[in-house]
Formats: sequence, structure tokens, C-alpha cells
Amino acid sequence: MNFDFSDDQKQLRDQARKFLTEKCSPKAVRVVLDGKASYDEELWKGLAEMGFLGVAIPEAFGGAGAGHLELCVIAEEMGRANAPVPFSSTVYLAAEALLIAGSDDQKKKWLPAIASGEAIGTLALFEGKGNPSPKNVKLTAANGVLNGVKKPVADGAVADFAVVAARTGSSGRDGDISLFVVDLKAGGVEVKSLTNLDPTRGQAEITFRDCKAEPLGAAGEGWSILTQMLDRAAVLCAFEQVGGADRALEMGRDYALDRIAFGRQIGSFQAVKHMLADMYVSATLARSNSYYGAWALSTNAAELPEAAAAARISATQAFQHCAKNNIQVHGGMGFTWEFDCHMYYRRANAMALGLGSLTYWEDQLIEHMRKKNAA
Amino acid sequence: MNFDDTPQEAAFRESARKWVEANAPKELHAELSRSSLGRIRLAKHDIVDVGKAWQKKKAEGGWACLHWPREYGGRGATPIERVIWQQEEGVYGKLTQPFQIGEGMCGPTVMAFGSEDAKRRYLPKLASGEEIWCQLFSEPSAGSDVAGLRTRAEKKGDNWVVNGQKIWTSGAHYSDYGLLIARTDPNVPKHKGLTMFFLDMKSPGVEVRPIKQANGMQEFNEVYFTDVVIPDSQRLGAVGEGWSVSLTTLMNERMSIGSRLATGVPELFEFCSNLMLEDGLAIDDPAVRSKLANWAVKSSGLKYTSYRAISALSKGDRPGPENSIGKLVSGMMLQDIATYAMDLQGAAGVLTGADEETVQGQFQQMLLSSPSMRIAGGTDEILRNIIAERVLGLPSDIRVDKDVPYNKIPTKGR
Repeated sequence: MNFDFSDDQKQLRDQARKFLTEKCSPKAVRVVLDGKASYDEELWKGLAEMGFLGVAIPEAFGGAGAGHLELCVIAEEMGRANAPVPFSSTVYLAAEALLIAGSDDQKKKWLPAIASGEAIGTLALFEGKGNPSPKNVKLTAANGVLNGVKKPVADGAVADFAVVAARTGSSGRDGDISLFVVDLKAGGVEVKSLTNLDPTRGQAEITFRDCKAEPLGAAGEGWSILTQMLDRAAVLCAFEQVGGADRALEMGRDYALDRIAFGRQIGSFQAVKHMLADMYVSATLARSNSYYGAWALSTNAAELPEAAAAARISATQAFQHCAKNNIQVHGGMGFTWEFDCHMYYRRANAMALGLGSLTYWEDQLIEHMRKKNAA
Repeated sequence: MNFDDTPQEAAFRESARKWVEANAPKELHAELSRSSLGRIRLAKHDIVDVGKAWQKKKAEGGWACLHWPREYGGRGATPIERVIWQQEEGVYGKLTQPFQIGEGMCGPTVMAFGSEDAKRRYLPKLASGEEIWCQLFSEPSAGSDVAGLRTRAEKKGDNWVVNGQKIWTSGAHYSDYGLLIARTDPNVPKHKGLTMFFLDMKSPGVEVRPIKQANGMQEFNEVYFTDVVIPDSQRLGAVGEGWSVSLTTLMNERMSIGSRLATGVPELFEFCSNLMLEDGLAIDDPAVRSKLANWAVKSSGLKYTSYRAISALSKGDRPGPENSIGKLVSGMMLQDIATYAMDLQGAAGVLTGADEETVQGQFQQMLLSSPSMRIAGGTDEILRNIIAERVLGLPSDIRVDKDVPYNKIPTKGR
């Protein structure tokens, strides 16, 4: 059994950590947090130069052609650094959608541009409240044009193109949904930035008015492609969450060693030690579930939907738990804008909703476990 | 990243599988498979009898304590081969329950601190199940704070004379030998006055009394010592070094990887798949699904954490500290899951009784037994301390009695 990343992959993780420690310090994150930029453009260029944006994109389309395990270790570091860039929207969602269902022309047009950092992509799925469901897709596609409103669209204000879920039928079945690729700079589109919980990753409302769109994949296959996209992105996001959880745990541990109260390090009090031990437990369970997700993702295993849901739930909970209790360990200082704790707290809670809430993933997990048990 | 064996591992697995296939007591397979949550229910057999028979057969085939050196009854197998054997032994591994304390704790301590004569005399018979060992550490006033134990051993010529009481001793009533830690010097701080011994459990002055537990069962014992004589040749380690010897014992307990911890998740999943509530099957209820999913990911997280440890063994590395979370997570889960399974039944959840013959009764048994899972082998609180101190590097507790001579430590009623 070799249920671990290879030495090369671990080396890549170290390389990514070193790069991000240098180029993505908390100070750099705060430039975006404070609204002085919509994302860190310098960092984005650097990620492209390092080959991180195209690590899982085949060489034929301008990528490094490494693979998804390599992308997982980079994702972990992006989460640890709280990177303020549209990485998940572009790499886990838009690029993956093209890899799953794009035509050769679509891949040639967008994938090399993603790898080189020239194109930012995103997924436009949600239309207000609600979890991923065909019923919640109201935006229509007819005669090659889209009409409707999507929100929230992660990184929508900085994206060059979007994969859009649209209604092309009214039978009440999954086959009513089709996917489209839209060049957001080409007209028929109105983009409005929205205030949101985690300013280091923007959210937008996009209105489509007779907007020209190219089909992505076959008509009526949209929901099936989308489900695959969400499963794949769930694993990759789980690695970001694992990275964030680990960092929050480290911050709490370091503060507990540093801070003196009642004449001793606060990390010598059992109430604090046990809180940190429980954070370690959550982070460890999340990491192990995410490794299984990584295996399923990289081998395209039949177990992917179940593995993805388990990784998603476990990593979401771990990041929320660690980010929350990191503030608690810090006491009053943790509740200041000046300390970085709140950046992880914001990111943890925003990420918990981005691909659909826990309720959605819990339901998915049980459904897949049932199918497996019945088989 | 893959779950495949290396060619050597695959060959080893194949030979283990063939041997189990040819030798296992298949007539017990169904009953052993049904025995869940660490309890073995055999209608017609005593677990010690059938366990001894299976262990003897394994020893003859070279599969007992296989990671031990040959001269002490093993076959010098690697850690990963031991895990593969456990996987292939499967449900029959439940038959080794009476020997687990001996194999996991007593044997390694004798191996590390016993004389060559003692090792050759005792270890092969321990490995083959011919002689069963128990561990005599905990006392009524020394549980988590085991270094505060009171049982006295006093030197008389070439012998030691032991007086005192131990508690929570699994299997003492059928054990042949016991590993005993006792206080040999009360005038020095508590960790420094302890010494480790082993003794014949049939020695005059040893009295074993079963404890009736909160769950109504009797699995543990109290052991009383009245002027019990132990030859000095049965001392393990130097006089006063008992504490560091005990750390070897306890470390071996925690090193056992791949042991399957019961979580209650498969039982709850099956229960919810069949339980009809007013609005349909429990498993179709979103609230039930949410609970189930949360426990399922803890359970899968534990499983893949152990896979990570196995992978480290496979590469010849030491597993990381992440395995220390196993008992902490599974103990709490069992209790929570039992409570929830009963809650789903409404007022009728109290009925049936903890009889283990019905599904409802199984959850009651789980409810009543689970508190011990959170206490035995390190309480939840001690485990959190261990994680905090040894994994996260937080300071150890301030110990007010650390440098005080044992007989000057204030206690209740001494």
C-alpha cells in the first residue's frame, strides 16, 4: 500500500510553500482584504510562471501535464497561504469543465490561456439562495443566446469567461440543463461586484441579456457534467481547506506557546490544550479523507462521488473548527482586524458554501453510500 | 498513490490467505462475523478454549506473534507483514482477544527487559497461547495517575513480598502470569520508587475477584495481593526503574496499528436503512442523513488515517503520530451513535433491554458499554494531553507532586 504522495509530489508541495511564503504573505493578502485590489495580479502571474495554474492541464494545451495529485498538493498550499487569487474558480472549475466536456477548439482557446495566466475563468451556477439542483437553474438558453441572472458567481468580476448552467428544457428532469461557455468580454453581459463575507475572493452578479454562448458538451448533458465538476472541485477545495485548517491550528498552537497569563504559558492549561488537540483531530480526519478523495480523483475511480463528498464534509468542518478555535485561543487579540485569525475564519466559512452547503454534500454522501450498500 | 501490495507483500498475503483458508475454524465464521463492537458471542464455545486452539495452530504454522524473533516464538516478520496477516486473519482475529494484552504489552516488556532465560522460557508459550498473561497496573486510587499507585513490594532476602490491590485487570481469572508494577520505595518522588515484576497468577496470596460493571457484565477483575512472594529473578529492569519500563509497555500498546476500532457506523447505517418512521424510512429523512454523514466521515477518516500509517510501515518508515486519534474519536462516536439510535425509536427506545440478540438491544448494550471505551487504555482527557504535548509540542502539565516524596503527597484517606 502506498497511500501517500510521492517524493516528487512532496517536493512540489515544498516548492509551492516556499514560493507562497515569499509572494503571498499575510501583508499581501491584506491588500485585497482592504479593497485596494480585486485580486493579487502579481501573485497570479507568478503562479503561471511557476507552472501551477496549468499543472493538471495536458501539455498539448499549454499545461505542465503533471496531474491531479500534483494539483492537490498545490491546492493545500494555496489554502495555507489564504491566497487572494481566482485559483479555485479558474483551475478547479473552469479548466476542469473544459477538460471533461470541452471541444478541441474550446480547449485550444481557453486552456493555454489559463495555464499562462492570461484568462481567468469561473462557473456561473447559482441564482440566489439554494444548493446545486436542476430546479434552481432558471436562466434560459434558446437560439444560441442566454437570458437570466447568476449570483453569486465567485470571481465573476475578474473572470474573462464563464461556464454557465442554463435551462434548455422543462421536463423536470436533469436533462433540462445544458452548459455553455461565455466570453464575458464579448457583450450581452453586465457584471456587478457584490459585498461578501471573504473580500479576498470576490463575488459577483452577472446578468445575461441575449448573450451569445457556445454549448459546452452535448445538449441536456449539463447536469451530469456539472455533477462531475462539483465532485472534482470538492476534492481540490478540500485540500485548500486542509491547508487552511493546518495553518489555523499552527497559529493557535504558536500563540498558546507564546502568550503568558496567570504566570504561565496559556498552552499549559488543559482547557487550551484539549481545544488544540481536538483541532488536530479534525484536521487529521480531514487530511485522511482528502487523501482518499485525491486517489479517487487522480484515478477517475467509480468511488469518486462518495470520496469527494466525504472529503468535502470532513475538510469543511475541520477548517471551520480550526479557524473558529484559533480565534478562541487568541482571546481578545484574535478578534482584532490586525491579527490574521479573522482572514482564515472568513475564508473557512465562505468556502463552506462555495460548492453547495454541507446539507447538500451530506445528502450526496448518504445517497452514494446507499447505492454502494445496495450493490 | 495506490492501495496495491508490493510484489513481496502480495506473495506474503497469498501465503497467509492460503493458510487461513486451509486451517481456520470455519464453523465459527458466522458467529464471529456477527459479533460486533468488540464483543464475541459464541453459543457453544468458550472464547478461551477456541482461542487457545486457534493460537496453537497458528504457532505451529508460524503465524502467531509473527513479528517476534524466531527464537521467541515468532517468525521475524516485518511490521507491514504483521498488518497483512491481521487483514487476512480477518474475523478469526477476534479469537485472539484473550492473548492481546500478553502479545501487545507483556511480551514486548519481557522482550525488552527480561533475562535471556526468561525470554526463552516465557515468550514462546505466550506466543502460542499456551500461557495467558494479564497486566496489573491500575489501582483504585491510581488510574490516569498510575504512578501514584500504592501496591507495595518489599525486599526479603532474594524475594519480594507484595501487598496491595490492582483493578481493571482483563482476563486475570484465566491468566497464568501477570505483569505487575509496584512501589518499592515510598521515600522518593512517585515516579522514582516503582519497580516492574512478573508473577505466577497461581501464587499463594493472589486473589482474583470479578467486578460487576455498570453495563451488568463481568469482564474485569480486582486482584488482591496478600504477602505474595516474587523471586527477584522475576524483576524486569532495575529497582526504581519501573516507570520507564512501563512506558515501553504502554508505547507498545499504542504502536499496534491496523487494529479495527469499532465506531458503530455500519450498525447505525443498517439500522436507519430499515427503520420505518412516520414519514418513511429513517434514512430518507434529511436530519437523519446529516447525522449519519457526519459520523460516516469520521469513520472513513479513521480508516484512511490507518492506511496512511500502513503506508509508512510499507516503506519501512515509522508511522506518524496521527494514529493517536483513533480511540479518542471512536470511543465518543460509539456513545453518541448509541444515544442517537435510541432517540430515533422514541419512547420505545427504552424497551428490549441490552440483550444483544436484537438490533435495539445491541444499541442499548453499546450505550451501556461505551463509557468504558472512553476510559480504558487512556481516558479521553489523557489522550488529548498526549496529543497536545507529544504531537503539538505544548508544555506538560504543572505537576504539584512531581518532586515530593511519595509518602508526603497529600491524599484522601491514607
